[in-house]
Amino acid sequence: MRFVPFLFSLFIFILTNNIFGIVPLIQFPTMSHIGFPIGVTIFSYVTYHYVAIKKHGFSKYVKDICFMPGIPKPVYLILTPVELLTYLVTRPLTLSMRLFANMFAGHLLLLVFTLGGEYLLTSGLILKFLSLFSFGFAIGLSFFELGIQALQAYIFTLLTALYIAGALADEH
Amino acid sequence: MTGTLAIVGFGLSTIGPGTATGLIFAAYISGVARQPEARSILQPIAFLGFALAEALALFGLVLAFVLK
Repeated sequence: MRFVPFLFSLFIFILTNNIFGIVPLIQFPTMSHIGFPIGVTIFSYVTYHYVAIKKHGFSKYVKDICFMPGIPKPVYLILTPVELLTYLVTRPLTLSMRLFANMFAGHLLLLVFTLGGEYLLTSGLILKFLSLFSFGFAIGLSFFELGIQALQAYIFTLLTALYIAGALADEH
Repeated sequence: MTGTLAIVGFGLSTIGPGTATGLIFAAYISGVARQPEARSILQPIAFLGFALAEALALFGLVLAFVLK
């Protein structure tokens, strides 16, 4: 419950930065440059590790990650590397990559249709008519992008909340 | 025939996430068809699953551009 300010600020920050991508004069989704999602992910990463260490203690936390309780012994051979990799590498990597890739791809799509429409406009006579469809598609995609941006902000916040809850959870 | 192998690789790799999205929303539609009251309960789960599957498709796209 005490993480609500943090998570809410995270959500609003990511959402606002994403919406900059379709505001007419700005048109720069901040999160489409890899540095920004990395910065936001570092917040999440440090938070969920810090919370777990503060609650369980450092050595007990490491033991819990490497050797999860309640699992037969031989399974640890496969489970420990996978779990370690997940907790330390995969989670921050996928969090930042998901946000970055969604914003990058969306911006790229918008650019393709807008610049394509402009190119068609400066070509022959029939192609000028087709540029109407290209621009129309760009407008439609802008609204779709709005949905995707809100969704990605929500997913980032939801996953951070899930990781924090997992860090605070008691024994399985 | 010219072009980049990276984009061909990306095209092939979208088989996975495309199938996954279809499966997720098929399950959501089935669930709502059996029990229409469950619609608002299942919706966040469906969108969460979709975004997680979509992430992999977009990794492919980004890496196709980055690692030409």
